[in-house]
Amino acid sequence: MILPYFIAIPLLSAFLIALIAGRRDSWAILLSNVAATSLLILSVYVLAARHGETLIYEMGGWMPPLGIVLVQDALTGLMLVLVSLISLLSLIFSVSYIRHLDRSWRYYALFMLLITGMNGVIITGDLFNLFVFMEIALFSAFALVAYGGRAEEYEAAFKYAVMGALSSAIILIGIAVLYSATSTLTMAGIAEVLPEKDPKIMYWVGGLFLAGFGLKAAVIPFHAWLPDAHSSAPAPISAMLSGVLIKVPGIYVLMRVFMNVFGAPDLFMQTFLVLGTVSILIGVFLAVGQWDMKRLLAYHSISQIGYILLGMGLATPLGILGAVFHLFNHAVFKSLLFYNAGAVEVALGTRDLKRMGNLTRILPVTSLTSMVASLSISGIPPFNGFFSKLILIIAAIQAGRPGLALAAAVGSLLTLASFMKLQKYGFRGEREVKTVKATIGWGMKTAMIVLAVCCLLSSFLVMPGIREICLDPVVSVLLDPSRYIQMVMGR
Amino acid sequence: MILYILCFTLFLVGVYGLLTKRDLIKLILSLAIMGYAVNLFLVLFGYRSGAAYPIVTEGAAPGPMVDPLPQALVLTSIVIELGTTALLVALAIRLVEKYKTFDIHKIRRLFG
Repeated sequence: MILPYFIAIPLLSAFLIALIAGRRDSWAILLSNVAATSLLILSVYVLAARHGETLIYEMGGWMPPLGIVLVQDALTGLMLVLVSLISLLSLIFSVSYIRHLDRSWRYYALFMLLITGMNGVIITGDLFNLFVFMEIALFSAFALVAYGGRAEEYEAAFKYAVMGALSSAIILIGIAVLYSATSTLTMAGIAEVLPEKDPKIMYWVGGLFLAGFGLKAAVIPFHAWLPDAHSSAPAPISAMLSGVLIKVPGIYVLMRVFMNVFGAPDLFMQTFLVLGTVSILIGVFLAVGQWDMKRLLAYHSISQIGYILLGMGLATPLGILGAVFHLFNHAVFKSLLFYNAGAVEVALGTRDLKRMGNLTRILPVTSLTSMVASLSISGIPPFNGFFSKLILIIAAIQAGRPGLALAAAVGSLLTLASFMKLQKYGFRGEREVKTVKATIGWGMKTAMIVLAVCCLLSSFLVMPGIREICLDPVVSVLLDPSRYIQMVMGR
Repeated sequence: MILYILCFTLFLVGVYGLLTKRDLIKLILSLAIMGYAVNLFLVLFGYRSGAAYPIVTEGAAPGPMVDPLPQALVLTSIVIELGTTALLVALAIRLVEKYKTFDIHKIRRLFG
């Protein structure tokens, strides 16, 4: 009974905000923060109290082959916690940040719709339903990218919207072909029927889905929209886009469809390995040369997505563990880095690394947290990024692919180099900056400090004891498609 | 079979427009054409030649019926496409206001 709330709470609050918030934004802030907090509490409760257990909810009481089911298993639980955490912190960050742009309720209503779409994608067990929720999330994302109202933002949003519409058309063809072959839209039902059909159907649909969802995840041949959209959006939205939006309709759906529905076919796993390695290397090479701070971070998103794909493509328990763990970690430290970029933009009015300098004196919180995040993303030991990258590299060696392990290590070194550049020019430069244009609000500081603590704390997810609750059930869900089918269909 | 090929041709027309046209409005039209082709695909998958509409009436002998589910899906997808088109047109209006041009090649302040 708890599952529909993940969709109902943000959807309801989006429309309530539109109805009751007058000209000022105080009601909108209150409502959206209350909604996001309750979502975080609910998702943590579901993960902690019902670990390993699969919850099914039939919408309107219709059984799976006929109706739409909502499914909550270990992977869903982890993703819901991630989305709720990042969205709550982004909302807290927005309270101070968005007032520099305007004081309208529209931002918060769109933000809640974005959460609705993402929660829906995560929780639904029906392929077409997933498509609809994905469109809800993307619509609000297009509008939010253009929120600042400058020419570049409209340009980025238009590019993003064209790419989004194209990928949605490709995905819809895939869904149509799959429906005509299997006569069902429930993912578990498709997984049950598909092995009896001609394998060519799976390869056709897999190709369409790889292109469609790969475009949403910005894997390297489909990445062109990402640096523009992620660097032009307001900072909390960049954090949402890079932190969770490329993962939910992108990586999460790829995992669910290719692992659970198609049963990890070898051809696609090899494709993931190739795409992942290419993304790691090209993404990081493109990032090193950037001087715009947010653009540099955006290119790193492409490279880090490559690590997740690499782990998925290995399809060994350790590889998938690394992929899921890196997915969580990347959301935490990349959101923090985008908050830092937003804070610097508010304080100095620039994102150009050449025009920054020594900020340790005037922006102590920002420069300290950015150091934590930079160390995390480069993979320096006590922080979370080190553990997930280490697991991925060990998994690649164990799977007999030392070349991929080498690529991942080289990518990590180049990441370190580009973040040393960011720290050297951006935060600890030679030129002493004395005056700031605007002070950084308490909301921004809180969000940054909480995420910096999360960077350290999420290292513990992989410790024995906690790992059995959080990550191991996810790996077993992804590796054993028959259990997913049985949980949803078997009654 | 000929219907499927024609439908795929329509999709390719949309893709061709998206890849080659430089005008903002023509890009949006190409996306719309692609959307129509996808919707037609969906309806075609549910179509059975000579079948009746899928409503069971009392007294009438139940014969072959078309699949109603793709039609329901198409309705949803048409609404989504309406939303996409409206959003794209709104963005295009703002782009033209800011850049004073319809040419996508001249709208490029973002690069790299």
